[in-house]
Amino acid sequence: MISFVLNRVAQAAGVLLAVGFIAFSLFTYVGDPINAMVGQDTSQQEKEELREKLGLNDPAPLQFARFIGNVVQGKFGLSYRTSDPVGRLILERLPATLELALCAALFALGVGVPLGVYTGLYPRHWTSRLLQAVSLIGISLPTFLIGILLIVFFAVILNVLPSFGRGETVKFGWWTSGYFTVAGLKALILPSVTLGLFQLTLIMRLVRSEMLEVMRTDYIKFARARGLSNRAINYGHALKNTLVPVITVTGLQLGAIIAFAIITETVFSWPGMGQLFVQSVQFADIPVMAAYLLLVSAFFVTINLAVDLLYYVVDPRLRGSTGGRH
Amino acid sequence: MSPSTAAAPLLQVRNLRVEFPTRRGTLVAVDDVSFDVAPGEVLGVVGESGAGKSLTGAAIIGLLEPPGRIAGGQVILEGQRIDDLPYEQMRKIRGARIGAIFQDPLTSLNPLYSVGRQLVETIQTHLPLSAFDARARAVGLLKEVGIPGAETRVDHYPHQFSGGMRQRVVIALALCANPRLIIADEPTTALDVSIQAQIIALLKGLCREHGTAVVLVTHDMGVIAETADRVAVMYAGRLAEIGPVRDVVKNARHPYTRGLMGSIPSIGGHAERLTQIDGAMPRLTAIPSGCAFNPRCPQAGVRCSIERPDLMRAGPSRAACWLYDSAGVGAPAAREAARG
Ligand SMILES: Nc1ncnc2c1ncn2[C@@H]1O[C@H](COP(=O)(O)OP(=O)(O)OP(=O)(O)O)[C@@H](O)[C@H]1O
Ligand code: SF4
Ligand SMILES: [Mg+2]
Repeated sequence: MISFVLNRVAQAAGVLLAVGFIAFSLFTYVGDPINAMVGQDTSQQEKEELREKLGLNDPAPLQFARFIGNVVQGKFGLSYRTSDPVGRLILERLPATLELALCAALFALGVGVPLGVYTGLYPRHWTSRLLQAVSLIGISLPTFLIGILLIVFFAVILNVLPSFGRGETVKFGWWTSGYFTVAGLKALILPSVTLGLFQLTLIMRLVRSEMLEVMRTDYIKFARARGLSNRAINYGHALKNTLVPVITVTGLQLGAIIAFAIITETVFSWPGMGQLFVQSVQFADIPVMAAYLLLVSAFFVTINLAVDLLYYVVDPRLRGSTGGRH
Repeated sequence: MSPSTAAAPLLQVRNLRVEFPTRRGTLVAVDDVSFDVAPGEVLGVVGESGAGKSLTGAAIIGLLEPPGRIAGGQVILEGQRIDDLPYEQMRKIRGARIGAIFQDPLTSLNPLYSVGRQLVETIQTHLPLSAFDARARAVGLLKEVGIPGAETRVDHYPHQFSGGMRQRVVIALALCANPRLIIADEPTTALDVSIQAQIIALLKGLCREHGTAVVLVTHDMGVIAETADRVAVMYAGRLAEIGPVRDVVKNARHPYTRGLMGSIPSIGGHAERLTQIDGAMPRLTAIPSGCAFNPRCPQAGVRCSIERPDLMRAGPSRAACWLYDSAGVGAPAAREAARG
């Protein structure tokens, strides 16, 4: 168990280092940071001095090591655009994105899994067929279109939900939360639905097909032959056996939700990291882009790690056999 | 234990008919099958692949998979008709009064739960026992089916057991609530040849101790000869012959059974397809008129392709064959063959 965890942590660190290298390359090879920092009338002499002072003439491996060292300490440098520390910019935006992603994920799981179970248990029922058809739409409509349609319907026509911003937020230290005010919660609804709809349909279809498959297995037939109740069979035996693939996909999709929040945040003017990223791309604000890249990949890696550990909890076959086969 | 013929039957199957509605008409997979099982009796069921053995078993425990359905007849357990019970009532009979064992022990157990959990769950479904008592019973059952170190093994997961051990666990699961009848559908086919005999001996021993009757479906005539009290031979969805095991094995009446018995492989050396008889069993879509066996029967007469024979008295057994038509209107060829 411990060696398994260490192994996975090492892998995660390797991935992060690779992403760190890409971020570092952005600095070094995309544009000249000196030009981005100094004014038009700075002399060549002054530029050289600045370059020396910033260590930009050091060998690349040394620069990379320094970059990683800074990143580990949370120092991402100053934004080219606002001259604020990048770390602070990101921290300001982080709560908005994470709260949105969490809501979207809960929405996708909370609705997707039950619908998947239902359509998997009663595949012939007309509601299952309808859901199956509707879910195709959910999968094929682009996110921004869903967002715009929702805005048109709920914000413009019915005028019951806000179409932009986070509403009212409450401060807890550096964290701002929209979970504790009615306006904040209302503001979360449309973006969460927009962001989570694709994942919802994906999870529903996945759970459905896994359920259909598991219900055909011998151990379910044998469970029936033993007279277990439908509840024990459907939820105790069948659903649990669909969990491993569902956890995998959900984990990956959670990462995707955070990454794809960019589009939803743009549509709903949501003051999160995605919006920050879009702005920084427009200004070629490389420190912000690099930090965003690192952060999102850190999320991905962490989630993957959590998924691997969850497998361990769910599936005894991975735990290695104590006692071995007899 | 030889069941007394006077004992009221534990299970009565009456004119059972199982159908599959398909786009091109209805397939009759089990047709007019009737037999009794006495308490504590082992009834062997044999026949070529596709003869309807498994479907008969599934119909008895009420687990036919749609679109398959019981289209006629009755299944009566201890005097109570059970084929038309609502799902919930039938569920309470399954496991409690009729147990089942399937072919493949590797896939019969849920891989995510320990065997103890699966045993306790089954025990508590049918018996009013506390978690503690149910666990004690689970350990006891594992001991009874011969699993060494049952106290620790109870917490192990299926993948930690070998195939033979898993089938022992499956037997323990079937015995959880001490059912009166067990349907065992090819319980050893998927196992290593070297352990098949052990498992059959275990099953037979346990059922004798508990007085449990068994419907034992198998391809293995050796197993039948050693284990069963009576044998039912199925052909193309119907009973061809049914009778005491000694009589059927040594002195088969039905030409099909004679072909089957042409060589009895020893236990383990099972013949997947019983190919001593020329030709193959007809498809369900093309069952010949008259006796379904007539195209392959060396003794077929004119009447055999016109009229379908029902089970008739043939010595101590009964056979569905015109050779035994006591009314004396059998086809001349058939009658000659019977005499010869
Ligand atoms: N879902 C189904 N649809 C149509 N026909 C079916 C279906 N299931 C089974 N059958 C048919 O019913 C017949 C009997 O099947 P059954 O499983 O009872 O045979 P069996 O005697 O147990 O054979 P085996 O020795 O191979 O297990 C077979 O011919 C099979 O083709
Ligand atoms: S009824 Fe005729 S065809 Fe059928 S088994 Fe008897 S002799 Fe053969
Ligand atoms: Mg079968």
